[in-house]
Amino acid sequence: METKIFEYRPGLTNPDVDDPIHGETLPVNMGPQHPATHGVLRLGVDLDGELMVKVDPDVGYLHRGKEKTCESLGWIKFFPHTDRLDYVQPLMNNIGYAMALETLAGLEIPERAKVIRVLLMEISRIAAHLIYLGTTSIDLGAISMFFYTFKERENIYSILDAYTGHRMNNTYVRIGGLYADVDEKVEAMLREFLDQFPDRIDEYEKLLTGNRIWYDRNRDVGVITPENARAWSLTGPILRASGVEWDLRKDDPYCGYETYDFEVPVGTVGDCYDRYLVRIEEMRQSVKIAKQALDRLPSTPGDVLAEDRRYVLPPKAKVHTSMEELIYQFKIVTDLRLPKGEAYSRVESSKGELGFLAISDGTATPARCHIRAPGLMNVQAIPLIAEGRLFSDMVAIIGSLDFVMGEVDR
Amino acid sequence: MTNESNTASRVEAALKGLIEDGAISTDRGGMVSVRVPADHIHAACKALRDEAGFETNTLVTARDHGEGEDERFEVLYQFLSYAHKDRVRVSVMTQGDDPEVQSIRDLWPGIWFSERECYDMFGVRFKGHGDLRRLLMPEGFDHHPLRKDFPHIGIQPDKLYRQWDAARRAEYAAEQANEGGH
Repeated sequence: METKIFEYRPGLTNPDVDDPIHGETLPVNMGPQHPATHGVLRLGVDLDGELMVKVDPDVGYLHRGKEKTCESLGWIKFFPHTDRLDYVQPLMNNIGYAMALETLAGLEIPERAKVIRVLLMEISRIAAHLIYLGTTSIDLGAISMFFYTFKERENIYSILDAYTGHRMNNTYVRIGGLYADVDEKVEAMLREFLDQFPDRIDEYEKLLTGNRIWYDRNRDVGVITPENARAWSLTGPILRASGVEWDLRKDDPYCGYETYDFEVPVGTVGDCYDRYLVRIEEMRQSVKIAKQALDRLPSTPGDVLAEDRRYVLPPKAKVHTSMEELIYQFKIVTDLRLPKGEAYSRVESSKGELGFLAISDGTATPARCHIRAPGLMNVQAIPLIAEGRLFSDMVAIIGSLDFVMGEVDR
Repeated sequence: MTNESNTASRVEAALKGLIEDGAISTDRGGMVSVRVPADHIHAACKALRDEAGFETNTLVTARDHGEGEDERFEVLYQFLSYAHKDRVRVSVMTQGDDPEVQSIRDLWPGIWFSERECYDMFGVRFKGHGDLRRLLMPEGFDHHPLRKDFPHIGIQPDKLYRQWDAARRAEYAAEQANEGGH
């Protein structure tokens, strides 16, 4: 009896080819409970052998209706909800949202609040990039990396705990500045962390950058060309890894970033390995910016909260002793009215351009608050770079795009 | 951003003949905002991309002006230029409760999810999108939650679960009946 031997022919993806193996695709469901999808992302993948022919990302499993909630709660009570968007960098979301409201109100915040905000944003960026590094490497088999990065991230959370009273979901930013100033203890903790952290980055690089397995799993996987990166609305480290020099901190500065000295790392190939290198270098630059901000603290004395009783909550100590301040507190919490108009704020978050489009019609109820989530655009790019590649590359691609589903689904 | 009047004149030159007088304004943050008639949205976005140099789309969303308004839904687009380092917001007013706007997905492939989300949340249909499914809400959901007439508390939050549960119970009962027959 004649037996047919199937031979492996790489690169054969044409479904019209007369072959019993090729031509018929197998639908595979990845997620929403898959550990490598970093949350509740579902991917409908059509496989031809081991090649991905079609990828369809399905998001929305964590949709909590944040934008509708903003319309229901009012401007000021929405602050705690912004923490829960990209929950690995809550302070960054707070600041982005506060900036939108300050633009709408035409409010100028004190210089010291700006310096502390820069400090907090850079610390948050390091924490978020550490999560990327830990989870992506554990997905690709480098299990010990996860423990090293999460140990450092815990140090950051101890600092934030000492400063804000919470490890996560801090809600420490207010319209017009911050809830409270940093004290000497927090300053000393920050300085100690920033002094030792560059050595930790060197250790991570020793473990990963020259690692043969890490290199082979990431190099030339998921290549995004500069043209595609622009057309697919990609931002942040992914855009820069593709060779486009665009950083909102440099090109569209906010919070006084134009006065800090730092460099913007840019990739050449646009693959997963470049995205890893860009993020590593960004952590070094973040340390540099945070140190500069820390050095500026003694020379920028003053309040961290603007004095404008139309929009800015009075400090708690005054509320307890003064009748007028108590009335202002009550009015602002229950009935904060921002001037009629539209305002868009953008911050360079660890995932890309995080934007808040706030539209007010002059009443206490927000007309619209749109959250421009960079993670949604990153998820959208999965089919662009995954189709036509082997299924095992999917894990590297998802890891390198670095999205958080709380922000993608909102 | 850097120079608002520069941006405004560039936008005005690119959109000549497509917009009415006084359609360009600036918002509270100083961003240039331009109102485009619904018929011209595709041509206007193409002109912004090719002539004014806005290379990428930042967001697509909408705003509900409330039930009973003639021009109820306002569709908002934002574009960014890397070369000129500036942004523009384009707004389109639409008629009626079931509006339709020309899709601009053929100009920017990255608008795929943004237009889907706008359709999902507001019910604005984008003509020529090609893949206009719901994005965040489940398939089979009857409402568009960011419309002002959708209650904050939700509508039948467990409706889909109940349907699924009823089908599962019916299946189980049929199985039991079959087994009893043997």
